[in-house]
Amino acid sequence: MRDVSPDKLKAVLMLLPSIILIALFVYGFIANTFWISLTDWGGVAALAETPVKNFVGLQNYAELFTGFLGGGFRQDLVNAVYYSVMLLVGAIGLGVFIAILLDCKPKGEDIFRTIFLYPMALSFIVTGTIWRWMLAPQGGVNLLPTFVGGNPLTFRWLTSMQAIWEFNWQNLFLIALYGLAVGMILIGFGTFRKNPARAGKRWLLPGVLAGLLTWLGGDLLPQALFMEETHGFNLAALGIILATIWQYSGYTMALYLAGFTGISQDLRDAAMLDGASDIRYYRHVALPMVKPITISAVIILSHISLKMFDLIFAMTGPDNAETGHPALTMYLTTFRANDFAKGAAIAIVLFMVAATFIIPYLVSNYRQKGSR
Amino acid sequence: MKKPYFNMLVVLGLTMLLLLPVTTTWAKDLSGDLEIFSWWAGDEGPALEALITLYKARHPNVNVINATVTGGSGVNAKAVLKTRMLGGEPPDSFQVHAGQELIGTWVKADRMEDLTFLFKAQGWDKAFPEGLVKLIGTDKGIWSVPVNIHRSNVCWYVPANLKKWGVSAPKSWDDFFAIAPKLKEKGVVPLALAQNWTANHLWESVALASMGPDNWDALWAGKLAFDSPAGVQAWELFGKVLEFTNDDASSLSWQQATDMVVDGRAAFNIMGDWAAGYLSTTKKLAPGSGFNWGASPGTDGMFIFLADSFGLPKGAPQRDNAIAWLALLGSREGSDAFNPLKGSISARTDSDLSKYNDYGKSAAADFGKDRIAGSLAHGVTANEGFMNDFAAIMEMFLKTKNAQATAKATQQIAVKNGIGK
Amino acid sequence: MTGKLSIGSFFLYGTLILLALAYLLPAYMTVVTALKLPENISLPTSWELPNPIDGGGFSEAVALLKPNFINSILLTVFATILSTVLGSINGYVFSKWKFRGSEVVFILFLFGMFIPYQVILIPLFQTLRAINLYGGLPGLILAHVVYGLPITTLIFRNFYTQIPDALMESAMLDNAGFFSIYKEIVFPLSIPGFVVTSIWQFTQIWNEFLWGITLTRHTANPITVGLAQLAGGQAVSWNLPMAGSILAAVPVLLIYILLGRYFIRGLLAGSVKE
Repeated sequence: MRDVSPDKLKAVLMLLPSIILIALFVYGFIANTFWISLTDWGGVAALAETPVKNFVGLQNYAELFTGFLGGGFRQDLVNAVYYSVMLLVGAIGLGVFIAILLDCKPKGEDIFRTIFLYPMALSFIVTGTIWRWMLAPQGGVNLLPTFVGGNPLTFRWLTSMQAIWEFNWQNLFLIALYGLAVGMILIGFGTFRKNPARAGKRWLLPGVLAGLLTWLGGDLLPQALFMEETHGFNLAALGIILATIWQYSGYTMALYLAGFTGISQDLRDAAMLDGASDIRYYRHVALPMVKPITISAVIILSHISLKMFDLIFAMTGPDNAETGHPALTMYLTTFRANDFAKGAAIAIVLFMVAATFIIPYLVSNYRQKGSR
Repeated sequence: MKKPYFNMLVVLGLTMLLLLPVTTTWAKDLSGDLEIFSWWAGDEGPALEALITLYKARHPNVNVINATVTGGSGVNAKAVLKTRMLGGEPPDSFQVHAGQELIGTWVKADRMEDLTFLFKAQGWDKAFPEGLVKLIGTDKGIWSVPVNIHRSNVCWYVPANLKKWGVSAPKSWDDFFAIAPKLKEKGVVPLALAQNWTANHLWESVALASMGPDNWDALWAGKLAFDSPAGVQAWELFGKVLEFTNDDASSLSWQQATDMVVDGRAAFNIMGDWAAGYLSTTKKLAPGSGFNWGASPGTDGMFIFLADSFGLPKGAPQRDNAIAWLALLGSREGSDAFNPLKGSISARTDSDLSKYNDYGKSAAADFGKDRIAGSLAHGVTANEGFMNDFAAIMEMFLKTKNAQATAKATQQIAVKNGIGK
Repeated sequence: MTGKLSIGSFFLYGTLILLALAYLLPAYMTVVTALKLPENISLPTSWELPNPIDGGGFSEAVALLKPNFINSILLTVFATILSTVLGSINGYVFSKWKFRGSEVVFILFLFGMFIPYQVILIPLFQTLRAINLYGGLPGLILAHVVYGLPITTLIFRNFYTQIPDALMESAMLDNAGFFSIYKEIVFPLSIPGFVVTSIWQFTQIWNEFLWGITLTRHTANPITVGLAQLAGGQAVSWNLPMAGSILAAVPVLLIYILLGRYFIRGLLAGSVKE
């Protein structure tokens, strides 16, 4: 039946208010922000009642990515990537580990579960303030070994100026292409067992080709920046990542625990009867079954990694370049320097980066549709 | 001869009778709300409360709303204030640092009312020092009422500790470099430093000592370049000073750096005179014996000032109430109620010094005779755009310690933000 | 239930206890600092027990935070109810009443989750002011409801896809329409979904700061703002903000302690299959 049934109509009508609200409050605002980022609204007299805004095209973006003063922003972007990736890996990893432990249904499971969940109840500002104290090099965590008779730790935590995995931003395109090639090769190896021909054609061959081309013709690529600029993973960020994992691993633990509990007892018993050892059970039966949970966790955690603004603000204050994040830079650029257009540009970049986390969801959705 | 006198008396009496209701209705008939926007909270709260209490005594029918926004060294307050101003919802009056922070952001955007009329009506041109009024106004008018004066270039120490270590407070940075290695050997941090903004705060004292007040003024007037030899020298001196600070500085709040001095883990701390309030009220030390102070090395006879002030935004919903608030702030009564509690001194030249503690008295004396220089870190000499970029430059220097490159970068951001060419 | 891993109990309990202690360290530090006298609070002694124990921070925090507390309760309860109910209906539509382009609309909904709150602060303020909702709780409630829609819709949609279509089809054969299917079939099954979304939304809304401080006037400030006032400013006696943080966290903590098990059950019911 191609007619629209009255019920379908009701359904759409019930959805309509939400659609309108989202259209206005999300997309309308994004469009507004994008428009502002294409102007030069900022600086002196930015706060006039009818401020002067001239259209300047993509100049703000050019300055952010290639301008001299955009160096802080570029480091923030690198930081953001590390924050998100490490948060995902850490929270999911730790969450799975604790979930497996709790899946054994130990005594006092309720208490343990509450202890692991309670950090989620706290506001980021509270967490940030407390962890700031805990990670202060003169006190806090560094003093812990003294209670068991050891020497205090000397890691500088949030004040550390060290960085590892450093690279030169000028070589950005080179690195990106190598990364792509390596990624494709890895996927190829991963899917090789299932479908060798496909893996070879789709992933391995193009991956190797891309790698070779980059190696041979790398010098022909344009430089991403006019001067040398080192970026890397700042060890100071470890403290922040630690605090965030502490706060959200309880959530992933809950997700995975629910998933494990949901695996029917029959299935477990069957796996056991087949002689699978416990570790094998988890690796080959339980974990693959909870893959959809991983996707769900990735989406929620990346949503949280945007909110890290509050945490970073509370832990290292507004001006710590080592631990900066584009959200923080955007806040300061807009409200402290009155550079509204530049702030809007950072906001759009941030939004696009965050939105890439939706891709795994889209991919899995698409794949499921295909297999239906 | 009695009749003319009598007539004069009648005229005088009638005039006074006429004026009396005017002034009393002006004072008593104010009603409605008064929304005061500031970032004072915590231990600074009582000072503001004292002013509000005074205001309520004068105008009992006004409902005073103390809308403070704290956090982030004032960034949150700025975010809320600017969002409101952009949205057309100005508060009745808001706190702002007097000087370029106010002028660059609000005056040039034509959002503030000129307060010259108020200054004239209250006779403030005689009460405030002329140099101050010049620095907080422009040629087009006077834009805010200073409620206090804080001094930035103060060096704090505990005299008993200094005696124990056999050193005395340094008068110049050379003196400091002579005693610092000795202190380091004893395991004492020579100079306690805290997170980023305190580095800016330290920088202005060091730079002033390095280049002198004339060059300092020329710098901000755009006549001296930041990458001139004098500018580079300031960064070089700063780099040397940093070698004697604690390397976990960025994890500390400014109070925690002061704590280091109190506990004897550090010898000196350069901080504004709000530290006096912290030391006497929270740490319960007696000024003079428990803690002592001097001008930051090399800046004796110079007073780097910053002033909190309140202005009148255009379109303030309760303009009359706001004007009454401003009148109170600038009055002798108001400023002498506020400043002793805040730990600052009054901007007026005629304040009642008996209400202030020992630190306040010495600061007021200095303010009267020293050469006045504007603070960079607290919004007097440079606008907000420059300050935001400067924070990034400071981070850059803290990491690279490259004076030449940093000086060049500073010149670039100065040009970008309209200081110099 | 028997253990899944044949690891020794010693290892199991030992690891769990160590982890639990690690998780509790920050709470310990908060409580200990909240109970100290201001002059005894300093970094090198931060782990030490308070001596003497002083409850002044708590009494002062209670007095200062009481009005904010009430605002937060009103804000969070209303916003949570509204956003979960709307999310439920939206999830119902997206999962059971798919129309042409509904997947695309759903994806567009999801993008709403990735907006950092600072980014839309200015336009949000201006919009709320334009519709006269600036300054009070209703405006803030609206903001939280709108931005909570993507995630509540996501959770409910995933949850409802598990309801077998057969149930729907047989109900339609009985002449049930859009609303009656919801009332008779879907809604009664939704309890776990409501638990999960309510807990999540309650946490997020209760702990949100930036909008709380920008979109409300002083009298409508939620508790996160009150808390920031305690900790802000130039000079701070840390026992007060620490005590305030504990007080501010109590309602949410209670919910987690009391409803934690239902949270897991709700996640179980909704998340495994998709």
